[in-house]
Amino acid sequence: MTQVKMTVNGKPASGDVEGRTLLVQFLREDLGLTGTHVGCDTSQCGACVVHVNGQAVKACTMLAIEAEGAEVATIEGQAAADGTLNTIQQAFQDHHGLQCGFCTPGMVMSAAALLKDNPKPTVAEVRHYLDGNICRCTGYHNIVKAIMAASGQDVAAIAAE
Amino acid sequence: MPKDSGIGASSKRREDIRFLTGDGNYTDDINIHGQAYVYFLRSDIAHGTLNSVNTDAAATMDGVVKIFTGADFEAVGSIPCGWQITDKHGEVMQEPRHPVLAHGKVRHVGEPIAAVVAETLEQARDAAEAIEVDISELPAVVSMKDAVKEGATKVHDDLTSNLCYDWGFVEENKGAVDQAFKDAAHVTTLELVNNRLVANPMEPRVAVGDFARGTGDHTLYTTSQNPHVIRLLMGAFVLGIPEHKLRVVAPDVGGGFGTKIFHYQEEAFVTFAAKACNRAVKWTSSRSEAFMSDAHGRDHVTKIQLALDKDNNFTALRTDTYANMGAYLSTFAPSVPTWLHGTLMAGNYKTPLIYVNVKAVFTNTVPVDAYRGAGRPEATYQLERLVDKTAHELGVDPIKLRRQNFITEFPYATPVAVEYDTGDYVATMDKLEEIADVAGFAARRKESEAKGKLRGFGVNCYIEACGIAPSNLVGQLGARAGLYESATVRVNATGGLVVMTGSHSHGQGHETTFAQVVAEMIGIDESMVEIVHGDTARVPMGMGTYGSRSLAVGGSAMVRATEKIIAKARKIASHLLEASETDVELKDGAFTVAGTDKSVAWGDVTLAAYVPHNYPLEDIEPGLEETAFYDPSNFTYPSGAYACEVELDPETGQVTIERFSAADDFGNIVNPMIVTGQVHGGLAQGIGQALMENCSYDSDGQLLSASYMDYAMPRASDLPFYDVDHSCQTPCTHNPLGVKGCGEAGAIGSPPAVVNAVLDAMRSGGKDVGHIDMPVSPHRVWEAMNS
Repeated sequence: MTQVKMTVNGKPASGDVEGRTLLVQFLREDLGLTGTHVGCDTSQCGACVVHVNGQAVKACTMLAIEAEGAEVATIEGQAAADGTLNTIQQAFQDHHGLQCGFCTPGMVMSAAALLKDNPKPTVAEVRHYLDGNICRCTGYHNIVKAIMAASGQDVAAIAAE
Repeated sequence: MPKDSGIGASSKRREDIRFLTGDGNYTDDINIHGQAYVYFLRSDIAHGTLNSVNTDAAATMDGVVKIFTGADFEAVGSIPCGWQITDKHGEVMQEPRHPVLAHGKVRHVGEPIAAVVAETLEQARDAAEAIEVDISELPAVVSMKDAVKEGATKVHDDLTSNLCYDWGFVEENKGAVDQAFKDAAHVTTLELVNNRLVANPMEPRVAVGDFARGTGDHTLYTTSQNPHVIRLLMGAFVLGIPEHKLRVVAPDVGGGFGTKIFHYQEEAFVTFAAKACNRAVKWTSSRSEAFMSDAHGRDHVTKIQLALDKDNNFTALRTDTYANMGAYLSTFAPSVPTWLHGTLMAGNYKTPLIYVNVKAVFTNTVPVDAYRGAGRPEATYQLERLVDKTAHELGVDPIKLRRQNFITEFPYATPVAVEYDTGDYVATMDKLEEIADVAGFAARRKESEAKGKLRGFGVNCYIEACGIAPSNLVGQLGARAGLYESATVRVNATGGLVVMTGSHSHGQGHETTFAQVVAEMIGIDESMVEIVHGDTARVPMGMGTYGSRSLAVGGSAMVRATEKIIAKARKIASHLLEASETDVELKDGAFTVAGTDKSVAWGDVTLAAYVPHNYPLEDIEPGLEETAFYDPSNFTYPSGAYACEVELDPETGQVTIERFSAADDFGNIVNPMIVTGQVHGGLAQGIGQALMENCSYDSDGQLLSASYMDYAMPRASDLPFYDVDHSCQTPCTHNPLGVKGCGEAGAIGSPPAVVNAVLDAMRSGGKDVGHIDMPVSPHRVWEAMNS
């Protein structure tokens, strides 16, 4: 067992992990941050996307010990302290960008990473960026709309209700 | 003006807040103090004799609590099947035993052979690698047509053959149908495959078993669409646990699409093992396990024929289908290719004579059962492909041929035993032609051709049947369950309500829409209504969510229970108002004496029910809680017309969806935003089936598509924005809300439109191949274009 220390959602976090423990296991099982989900075992689905030092990372593809000393952000840290949803979260609710909610944390974290680098993406850029995030419920229509809305663009002109 | 609350309002979903903040409570988020973990050792051989399973070395490894094999479950019941089909000779179907862990034989890749319970999942997995399994491999039965040949290897040695049943429907019509084909002016024949799919809800299945030795109480937390059904099936038929000692909880569930209806071995295992180990036992499926253990969908091979008279009227239809059951009968498997498929073969058309034959076949593959649509997509695909092929053979417009043969008068009794109560197929087709901009297609085709691409337009109609019912009829058809729903409405002293519904929400938004209905009925704010589901300890009874039944059946039960609440509250109010009950009306959350300003607020009435100082105790009991069971008198019949426009690159065979338009008739609608979202999701799954998805086995029964590296899940860049319209509304005539189901329509109605569009694009490039099978991959298209 190896001790790891990192900052998660602005707070210090540490634990003893095996060499093979994945970052997503550490978050879910050691820290109890169960908002980050595991939807596959081949790094395809993106339900586990978190930010590590500001970069979107699939937490099932990184060992916990690789995150030693890192700044990690998860879905639990996205809303304001009083519970107010952030712009992306609010846009997902406003535009019905989620149904079962299982892929949603990864979608929100991916969308945040996209908009940080590309604040006014085109629809094609959004769709391309979401290549590593699978949703089985929404058909993506409302997810794409929500991300376009979160970027401040007029979604009524982009797609039907 | 759109409403901002109640029935008809696009109320934002209350469940979103927890899902968007990481605060959902999915089954894998549940951990019980002291729990152990189970890892299943699964067969990597499709068919073989299981000679021995040696666990001696594994049992000594670090962390191992206990290892189970098939021998431990010999005294335990078979995983039950919930529907018994009677075949065309009057014989009941062949029904093999389905063990919790394989015993004697393995029958598909992925079948669990042993289960290691250990302190950690890693220790369980490590120990499983040390188990020595000796299997003598047998020839694998994979192809359905080979499986039913004389002398074929049998999947189950104790059955007479691999034929589960040979079903004819309606058998008495067969002679008349055959005669109509002899008399026909034109006959179109089509052979096709409805490709095998994997439902793939994003949340893999999870089961946590817990046992309290002090009381003998079992608890199962599971990713289920119907916890009460699991409680009954597993308790009564597998483990022998009475319902009062077994609690089943299905908390937030991350999508189902049918594959979480069924009772699975892993649920029975963790419940059994929790008692045997005297501690909680948790199983979390990996995605790789899901591909080889979740029930698959579709997998039909069909030959269908349509007969027409000289005026292009449909005179008869006959279809022969082989339906894959896999190695064992999953919970509802036998009903899917029969009662959920044969009864839909009339589609939207007044074809007077229909005969359906279905041969259900055992193979060495994962069991096949209901997947979004379940039987209706298979019916719609063959029928709507056939009508399109007929139109091209006759040289008539496919829309015109459909319109000519539409059913236009309702109620309409089909020759396949169902009665459509309402519909307006002309109106949905008119709406489709408008939203799909049929008139502008020629110009769009020219634009594509200018880029060196081919453009195709495809259309189809669909009819489907939701809320399967009534119970006495489905019992005659072989269902081993009732198909009602229940709801209990509990009003608290301060006026808030809790609705305990047997429907289960796993993405459909019931917590929002069900509250909209009750709030509107009473005239109170939606926030005063709480919806509880998914826990047999909190909800008295439930049949769960599948077959697009929740609002039509569960919602109706809730309406009936709320009506009882209102009736009792009115008695209390009339007492408080000192008025006759018949003069007291409920409006905007207050009871008022008609024609006066005498009024008592909802909250005052509910308080009186629990603090009955001024109360008609001689007439009614205190308290305000009512239960209703609702057993529908018929299915509901949503219908619609869909259009797809594709662009095809003749150089590569790549097909892209350029437009997809859907005009649906769902009757009355409670939350248009949610209904639209349901259609979007269904369309994505239907387009996925048509273009990309395929569950593939090789001739040895090895599963070739066992991960997201091999099974093509549609991504955002594979799909378009959709144009969805549900303004055509013919309300259901037999349920109190006038609603029809909307959850499966998109998946039912979309595959034929896609394939029809691809064939249209190919024809525009000078290649008429008549038919191409799904998935219409670039490889298949290129081969067809260059054949």
